[in-house]
Amino acid sequence: MNTVIFRTAAPALAALMLVFSVFVLLRGHNEPGGGFIGGLMGASALAIYGIATGVRETRKAIRVHPITFAGLGVVLAAVSGFISLPFEVPFLTGLWWIFDVDGSEIALSTPLIFDIGVYAVVVGAVGAMALALEGDEGED
Amino acid sequence: MTANLEIVVALIALAPFLAALIAPSIKVFAGGFAGWVLAIVPAAIFATFLGFIPAISDFSVIRVGLNWIPAYGISFSFFVDGLSLVFGAMISGIGTFIVIYSGAYLAGHPHQGRFFSYILMFMGSMLGLVLADNVFTLFVFWELTSITSFLLIGFDHSRQAARRAAIQALIVTGGGGLALLAGLITLTLITGHNSLTGMLATAGGVQENPLYLVVLLLVVVGAFAKSAQVPLHFWLPNAMEAPTPVSAYLHSATMVKAGVYLLARMNPVLGGTDAWFWILTLFGGATLLLGGLMAVRQTDLKQMLAYTTLGSLGLLVLLIGFGTKEAILGAILYLCAHSLFKGALFMVAGTIDHGTGTRDITALGGLRENLPVTFITAILAAISMAGFPIAMGFLAKEEMYLALTQGSWPDLAFLAVLIIGNALMMVVGLLIAFKPFLGPTVPTPHSPHEGTPSLLVGSIVLAVLGVCAGLATDWINTAVLNPTGGSIYNRAVNAQIHLAFDLGNPAVWASVATWILGGLLFWKADAVRNRLRRAGEAIGWTFDAGFDALMFGLIRFADRITRLLHHGRLEWYLLLMFVCLAGIIYVPLLVVDSLPALPAWPELTFYEWGAILIAALGLLAVLTAKTRLTAIVALGIQGFSVAVIFMLFGAPDLSFTQFMVETLTVIILALVMTRLHLDDVDHRDLETAVRDGAVALAFGSGIAVLLLVVLQTDLDLTLTEFFRQTSTPIAHGRNIVNVILVDYRAIDTLGEISVVMAAGLAILALIKLRADAKGKRRGRRRGAIKGSLQ
Repeated sequence: MNTVIFRTAAPALAALMLVFSVFVLLRGHNEPGGGFIGGLMGASALAIYGIATGVRETRKAIRVHPITFAGLGVVLAAVSGFISLPFEVPFLTGLWWIFDVDGSEIALSTPLIFDIGVYAVVVGAVGAMALALEGDEGED
Repeated sequence: MTANLEIVVALIALAPFLAALIAPSIKVFAGGFAGWVLAIVPAAIFATFLGFIPAISDFSVIRVGLNWIPAYGISFSFFVDGLSLVFGAMISGIGTFIVIYSGAYLAGHPHQGRFFSYILMFMGSMLGLVLADNVFTLFVFWELTSITSFLLIGFDHSRQAARRAAIQALIVTGGGGLALLAGLITLTLITGHNSLTGMLATAGGVQENPLYLVVLLLVVVGAFAKSAQVPLHFWLPNAMEAPTPVSAYLHSATMVKAGVYLLARMNPVLGGTDAWFWILTLFGGATLLLGGLMAVRQTDLKQMLAYTTLGSLGLLVLLIGFGTKEAILGAILYLCAHSLFKGALFMVAGTIDHGTGTRDITALGGLRENLPVTFITAILAAISMAGFPIAMGFLAKEEMYLALTQGSWPDLAFLAVLIIGNALMMVVGLLIAFKPFLGPTVPTPHSPHEGTPSLLVGSIVLAVLGVCAGLATDWINTAVLNPTGGSIYNRAVNAQIHLAFDLGNPAVWASVATWILGGLLFWKADAVRNRLRRAGEAIGWTFDAGFDALMFGLIRFADRITRLLHHGRLEWYLLLMFVCLAGIIYVPLLVVDSLPALPAWPELTFYEWGAILIAALGLLAVLTAKTRLTAIVALGIQGFSVAVIFMLFGAPDLSFTQFMVETLTVIILALVMTRLHLDDVDHRDLETAVRDGAVALAFGSGIAVLLLVVLQTDLDLTLTEFFRQTSTPIAHGRNIVNVILVDYRAIDTLGEISVVMAAGLAILALIKLRADAKGKRRGRRRGAIKGSLQ
């Protein structure tokens, strides 16, 4: 698998996949996509980058251990649920704030925060798994 | 109720937890005064409770609530009535002195801040328990007291005995809590209420329900485990491994009374039947006698006190089971008296231990010169414990004897049990008050010295209150007995306790009998102790040993089951799993239903046929692949064409996910394969191949059949229609799949992502374990090479 073409193309490919995964995450509420699919794409990006440049390089590039993202994701999703409590509606009720910025509608909401949490969990858990499997023994 | 009052009640339950949060920092800043600073919190709560007295003295309640999980009708609701007020005042009042005492008792301990934190958390849990209205709120706080008690018993966690005692207490009280939960749920189903106020308002009727006995047994198991009734009592003496302030607070004054609280609370709902009477009185009586006898047998001050606590709890359960007005009033009086004198005596025991270095009563003597204040405090507490006039203990005993001298012969039998039990506890009180202080001076591990004011103030106040309470009978009648008795009895009571020594009253003679018996036993205390020891050795079996046998048996059983199922052969795991899954699908279909009809030949376009053809080719490639890696990649071909089929039939989300899952499956499978160092080629002899193929066919065709069955049932479109109509206007999203995931069913998703994270962690740990083991081997090899080079 370690051809020159793959090694040259992989970083660009991984970057594109990451950007696209965020795009898929954000469009998810209205078009096909969402946190889960986006997360799987993000994890694939990490896996590809890992195969091409080595696990050590990948770990350096993302700075923290990928499982950290998974933990943060669960926390973020849970926190998005608690936001509704001060508004005296039950845990995890979706709240929406819709802004009009220069003619286009920007919708911020607690389900969006929740979905970002899902994305982080999937990227973190699957990415950590893939990197750990790719890594040479003892390198982890 | 005014909004102010609601905030106050909510604050009472919350304040100790907030204090627990900042306790370690206060310890750092206030140093030796941390105990005094932190004691402000319980003291303020105590003052607030006193302020409630006028509001509830006419048998009314204060109720507040905050929605928690409204879908299940679960709320954080609290209420204050006479019963919760007495308990709340006891918890906060004694808690104040315990916090001050801990400041001195554990001075210089490296984890004192943590200790403060635990004990305040316990205080909050216990207050929440007695104030809870919703039964599930009650259960949560009930288990929180078990958990904080576990932390406190095991506080000195470097000692094996402390760890064992902590786990034992957690298993017994936590297990009892589960029985209680089952009981409370059943009770909720029977009464249709999940709040105590609701149950109490509609009390009556539960006793006739066919499920009554089940509820009663479950609740009683929970209460008995918590309040250490025979045969679930053995954890309490072991819990004395905790530091003395904990023993004084949790394991005599408050936590162990939670079971008594629950029984008193449930009296209007569950009480009044024969079953209630006999279960409570018999187990309570047995606990009283066993506790008294075992207490006299001990020589360690804390163990002696622990067993008398056992006896006292038995006494309280017996009285609640008896259930007459006098018995209930006697129980309330004894409850308060016991908390005062037992709390004081525990603190005295701690001060003696602190001042001399030993708690063995046979190794103590002549301390009156060096510990004069402690001596006087101990005498005052013992007066109340022995039930001598004007002390609160006297009032309590008179009332309970009065309850038992009115009826027929079973009453007299219980009267005898009560007199013997009280006499035995009186002996222990006298022993602790006199034995260490009188007689010739005995050398102790370090030269005896009096406690500091922080160590003394609590025991003095509690002991003095216990003795002087007898002078304030009017106040006790109106402020304590009427509202509390009213809550337990569920109708207004009019208590008329007064201090009198009327020789025409049979209860007085019962008290006199107790004193005479207690005095005789005290006179012959050493002989009695020796005889009891020999009797104990003759029996040679204890409940404690029984618990150990049970636990080790459980571990051995688990080990055997694990070895049976977890044999480590992956091939057999997979085979078993797929055979079982195929069985689950086919057996009900063949036995209950019939196989579905074959579907009609589909009308498809040429590109749809193309996708199906590619899938079939992929499968063929899997079967004929030369190497494992090729087979894995070929499996990906099949998965991708299925994704294309999803796309063609209008499920873009599904198809999208399928693409990603297929990609990652191939990548991860390939990576795992390279790690397992398997042969490149999959060798199977014919027999194995046939077996595996048959299982695979059975499972695969099973899934296909299942899908056909699903397709041939009428589709219920209600939900689909609901989501289609509401997703855009309510949830602002056109992608229904995503809206369901993050909004309608968000709580399911929250659970799922937690599982994903946990699975990720577990897999990481597994991979790392392997890597570590390899690394170590390699390290050793490297070391060996280095060694040979040198």
